[in-house]
This record gives sequence, C-alpha cells and structure tokens, in this order.
Amino acid sequence: MFSISFLTSLLFSTIRLSTPLIFSSMGGLITRKSGSNNIALEGTMLISAMAGAVFSAYAQNLFIGLLGAMMSGLLISVFMGFMSLKMSADMTLTGISINRLADGLTIFIIFLLVGDKGTTIKLPSLTFPTVNIPIIQDIPFLGSVISGHNLLTYVAFLVVVAVWFLIYKTPLGLQIRAVGESEKAAESVGINVIGIKILAFALTGAICSLGGAYMSMGYLSWFSASMIAGRGFIGMSAMNLSNARPFRTMFIAIMFAFVDALAMTLQTLNLPAEPLQMLPYLITIIALIIFAKHDMAREEKKKKELLMAKE
Amino acid sequence: MSDNVLLMNKMTKVYPNGFVANKDVTLSVNRGEIHALLGENGAGKTTLMKMLFGFERPESGQIFIEGKEVKIKNALEAIHLGIGMVHQHFMLVPSMTVTENLILGDIPRGPMFTIDSKKAVETCIELGKKYNMLLDPQMRVMDLSVGGKQKLEILKALLHGAKILILDEPTAVLTPQETGELFETLKMLAHDGHTIIFISHKLDEVIQICNRYTILRRGRVTGTGNIESETPSSLSAMMVGREIDLDMHKQKTEFKEKVLEVKDLVYVNDFNKKVVNGVSFSIRAGQILGIAAVEGNGQNEVAEIIAGLKKASAGQTTLGCVDITSQNIRKRREAGVAYIPEDRMVDGCSATSSITDNLVADRFFKKKFSKKGFINKAAIEKEAEELIEEFSVLCMSKDNPIGALSGGNIQKVIVAREFTSGAKLVIANQPTRGIDVGAAEYIRHRLIDISRESDVGVLLVSADLVELLSVSDSLIVMVDGKISAYFPDTTQVDEYMIGEYMLGVKRQTEEEIGGALQ
Repeated sequence: MFSISFLTSLLFSTIRLSTPLIFSSMGGLITRKSGSNNIALEGTMLISAMAGAVFSAYAQNLFIGLLGAMMSGLLISVFMGFMSLKMSADMTLTGISINRLADGLTIFIIFLLVGDKGTTIKLPSLTFPTVNIPIIQDIPFLGSVISGHNLLTYVAFLVVVAVWFLIYKTPLGLQIRAVGESEKAAESVGINVIGIKILAFALTGAICSLGGAYMSMGYLSWFSASMIAGRGFIGMSAMNLSNARPFRTMFIAIMFAFVDALAMTLQTLNLPAEPLQMLPYLITIIALIIFAKHDMAREEKKKKELLMAKE
Repeated sequence: MSDNVLLMNKMTKVYPNGFVANKDVTLSVNRGEIHALLGENGAGKTTLMKMLFGFERPESGQIFIEGKEVKIKNALEAIHLGIGMVHQHFMLVPSMTVTENLILGDIPRGPMFTIDSKKAVETCIELGKKYNMLLDPQMRVMDLSVGGKQKLEILKALLHGAKILILDEPTAVLTPQETGELFETLKMLAHDGHTIIFISHKLDEVIQICNRYTILRRGRVTGTGNIESETPSSLSAMMVGREIDLDMHKQKTEFKEKVLEVKDLVYVNDFNKKVVNGVSFSIRAGQILGIAAVEGNGQNEVAEIIAGLKKASAGQTTLGCVDITSQNIRKRREAGVAYIPEDRMVDGCSATSSITDNLVADRFFKKKFSKKGFINKAAIEKEAEELIEEFSVLCMSKDNPIGALSGGNIQKVIVAREFTSGAKLVIANQPTRGIDVGAAEYIRHRLIDISRESDVGVLLVSADLVELLSVSDSLIVMVDGKISAYFPDTTQVDEYMIGEYMLGVKRQTEEEIGGALQ
C-alpha cells in the first residue's frame, strides 16, 4: 500500500491542495501586517471564484476571466476596508457579513445566469493550463511530484516571494509594517495611515482572488456553491500561526495541505470520511495552543530577565 | 526683536466646558536660545504647545514664525514650518531598526521598487555624526535604552528640518548620565542656531541649561526673563504663587487608631524606572493626610497601589491590622478602602451606564440588592434616589447615562458611591481636578465631614496646593518617588515652603521624614 506511487500521489496532491491555502494566507498576511484583522478571505475567494468562471465563460478569454476574478476580489476587499476603516463599522462584523454575503450572492448570480443553484457546469468556462517543467519532469519521483501542476500553483509560490519582497524590501512594505505596528509613529511622520490600510486591503483582495480563480479554473473547471469550503479560514490560521512571516506561512499552509491530502487518500481505504475531514481544523487548534504556549513561555522568560536586570 | 524666531502673541484658549486653559499668554523665543517653559501641572503649558502644533485652535491670538504670521492647522504644517516636537511618549515603531524609524517619513528609493538601504544607513550615520548622537543604525528600537530612543526622536525631528525643537519634560524618563548627555546635545544644537523650548518642572535643570524662561500659572503668564537673575526659590514662587486661603472652618480633632500603614513601598514602572522608592507613612482615623508633589513624582502610583489598581514591586500595605499587600481590589474594598480615582472617566465610572448603575456598581451583589441571584430593582432604585438626594447630584433622571452629566456632577456620583461604601480609608486622588468651583467646594467639605464625623482616614492627593493646605491636617511632600518632607500640622506651613520641597530645592532630614510613619 505504501508504495512509491502512493507517496507520489500524496505529495502531488499536497502541492495541489496547498495552492488556495498559500494564496489566501499570503493575502491575509498583508492586511495583518497593516494592522487589520481581515476575516473575509473566505468570502473574497468565493466571489472571485464565481467571477472567474463566469467572466471566462462569457468572454471565452482566460485573461479576462482572471481579470474579472481579481477585480471582483479586490473590490469586495476594498469595500470591507472602506466600511471598517472609513465608515467605522466593526471590522469583525463586516468580515462576517461579507462571508455570508458571498455565500448568497454567488448562488444568486449563478442561478440568474444558468438557472442552477449548485454549479456552473453548464457554462463553457475556461481553465488555466497545466505546466510540465522541462528537465525537471524527467527526474524520477521529483518530476512527478513537482511537475505537471496548474499554472496558478506555480504562481502561488512566486507570490510568496513577491509578498516577502513587498513587505520587507520596498518602501510601501516599510510603511505597511509601520502603520500596522504603531499608527502614531507612522502618523507623526506624515504617513496617510487609513490610505495605507485600505491599500493593504486591495492587495489582499487581489492575491486572495487568485486562490479563488484557482478553485474554479484549475482545481475544478466550474464554480460550485461554497466551493472554497474553509480554505480561506485555513489560510488565515496558517498566516496567524507563523505570526505573519511569509515563508513560515507557506510551510504551515503546505503542512495543512498535507493533512488534507492524507485525509483524502485515506478515504479511499474505506475509513469514515468525517473524522478525516476534521483533521485540518483539529490540527489548527492544537497548533494554535502549542504556539500560544510557546509564546507565553518566551514572554515569561523575558519578564524574568527584566526583573533580574532591575536588581 | 530682530532675532525673534517664535512669537505666540496673546493666545487664549477656552475649552468647550468653559475651562480657560490659556488667557492672553505671550511666549517669545529668540534664535539659538534654550527657553524654559515652566509651570505646575494644569498651568496651560501643554495647551500652549498643542496650539503651536495645530492640535488645538486658539480663540484668539497670533503665531509668528520668524516675523511672519502663520496659521497652523495640523501637525504636518507645523513640521513644514520647522517645528519639531519630542513627545514624552515616543512615537517610534519598536520592532524596526533605528534607520527604518528615521527614514519612515521620507524613504530613499533604490532600483526595482526597493528601499535604498545603503543610503538610508548613510543618512542615519551622517545625521548622527553631525549632531553627535551616534546610534547603531541596525539596532532595533525596542532594544534601545530610553536615552537612545529620545536621541532617535530628536534626530527624527532634525531630519524633518526642525529649527524649533520642543522637548516635553525630556528628563523625566532619563538617568542622570543620560540627562547630562542630553544637555550637551541641546547646548550644541542651540549653538548651531537651533531654538529649543524646554518644558520642565525641575528647576535645577532649568537653571543649569536654559537662557530664558516663561512661567505659566493657571493659564496666565506670571513671569518671563533671563534665568541668570533668578534663583530656584524665586522661580518656584512664580510657579506656585499665592492665593487667598480658602477657610474651610475645619475643627481640630484628636486622631484615633491607625487606619492605614504603608511601609517601604516601591513601584517599578514599565520603563524600568523606580517611580515610588521607599515610601512609608501612616494615617489615623479622623486624619486627613495630603500628598503634595509635582505631577509624575510617584504620588499617583502610591494612591493606585493602596487602592489595588497597581501592584507594588516591594513593600507592605496594612489596613487596620490586616495585611492587604497581596489582596485584590474587591477584597480591599471589603476591608474598607474607598477610592476616588484621578481619571474619573476611565477608573471612576462607566460613561455609558446609567447613574443608578454607577452608584451601585460596588454593591449590587450584596444581600440587600439581590435576591436569589436576581437583582432587586426596587432596592437599587431606592438606594440611587437616596444617594442622588443626599449628595445633591444635578440630573434629569437617575436612568440617564452618567457621561451626559457635567464633570462636577459625575464626580459627585463617584463621591456618593465611595463615601457610602462603609470605608475606613478614603483615597481621594485629584478629587476636584477640572470641575467647577461649586462642586469642588462641596467635595472638599464632604471630605472634611467624613473624616470628622465617621472617623475615616483620608489620603488626599492633589495638584492644588491651596486645597491641600485647607483640607488636610498633615502633609507629606514627594519628589522623585521619595518623601522629601513631612508636616504634621498644615496650619504651620504655606505654599512657598511646600513649593521649595516639591521642586527639590530643600529636603528634610530623615528623622523629620520618618515622622510620617507614627
């Protein structure tokens, strides 16, 4: 049972499943760095998944499909930022309502368009191509794990590098971090705090929508209701577990994807599906506790050192 | 006046509640001088500086910078006009490096959307060299000493082109060595043509470093001139001033048994500074003990430690004969501590809750007011009505939110709750700050009444010396977290004497101070 082919397919689906998680966690990372708590990643992804399928079907153009997905994700995210930062609505409640809105709105729109409340299978929507990497695809084992993924999967890993670069290497990133950590300090040197925060929401929306587009134009070739299925939230917890560090976030996202892949593979062995599907969430909670304990221990130590230094 | 850099002419600021913070205040500062802005807390220094920085709009008055009249609407405009402020609470991003904090307002850009970090570090080093304030450019701000953070704040202001630097009590958080370094820096900056406004209470420092001074008292200028011709006591006289004594017709009484005893109290704050450093005193039943101190000398911490809001780093607090050192607030209140906090809106009441709810906040759980886990509404309403009546709280309805009342009436509600909780010790921390004369008068009389009639010990912390002298029986003075004087009988002292101890000009012997702990 635990043959090479089993391992290959397990690792291959790990990478496949990590794609939406990486997009959502990277998106969430940017708003988190700017000091906002964006819990609408899930809804943002769902809306852009729907928009991607619909736009690509009607335009019969992959690029327009992608643009449609990204614009709708960006708009809904900026809308959330605007409501919570400018109009001072509670950010958590705004996030919840956007997630709920996305559920209903997407079903409503696809029902209007195709008369089906479940999926858009009837629509001739497009998908992103899979990519076989030359040379690497010929390496045994490694080739069949790494090569042959959807184009957006490779984009996801590039986005990790891009987000890291943005946050730590660019002037905008420096300003985002300053705003997120100390609004007053940022304000005192004339940075437009609200502007930077809303810009962070825009970036988050754009990145999350890539995850949404992947779901309806790669993972599947149609949109179906509630197809994000918690991936926005899992991405959010991956990001929070790593304390919003890009590469660590990516590894945690891959870890979650691995558990998910494992659950899927084990299902084929006639084990009950439900407890397995629970695994990623259970692991999130356990990981959260471990990380929190770890942080607490470190804080304790710091305090003790301070007290010692005082004497 | 050719070299006049800043002139604030006849500035008047009246706050919406009618409080006159500044009345015809004129501040004139020349190029290259270090100008001391002196005054007790609440004298109006902060308001004056806020107007200069565009945080507050004056009712009348003009601001001239280098002879040109300017209207300053926000902090950014002030920065562009060359005014730099070094706040008491630093405006820095802790996890970022010195360089990153410095360049945050104007980031040098390199190729490919990057930050030109080489240029950034160079800017940092150059600036540090130029002003002789070298800091490790790669060090994180959270790892810097307080003095280092302050240097960084000064550098930040200088990088933004500040010609006029305002330092708000810059030495309050510094060690003596760091203070020395800061003074060298300031002298050098002044020598280079920068102008410095130095806000402080510490007269010895002012005399050491400043050229001229302006003194505010109760929103008005009470003196301005050259420092050379002044002594600490002449300055302190202008700061404290002489007011007509309020006669409270206070009866002399015999003090009874000891209510409170604190011994060797120490409190280390978040900045690792010992703000209370070995304070011991006691209060007897029927006695009102006042604490006189310039803001930030540990008096507030002493009050909060006894009330249980802060935890002492060392020392012992005894109420009657119970050691309450490690007890929580509820236990302390049950043991007989009542507290009128310094900030009534934060610690004293819940602004959006009703007057009734605020009045019973400390007793709703008692048998009288609850039945089998449910609240006894009738009893609570009766209690509230009685208290409103007894303490003459002016309100439309007891069900209105307390935040809608005037400051004086809010304070009366708090006093009503605290005075009727059956306390043996009442701590009144700035009980009349910012409230109207009538309510202040009323609260002072109630303080005396409760000590005389109910044998309660009272600890009165106040910035108002006249109030302290007219209300308290005995008085301690605190400087730098230590008791610098103890006066068993306040009828034998006046503001001038206290002022000299408050400002650290004089200090009693250890035996005299030890009298505070009988």
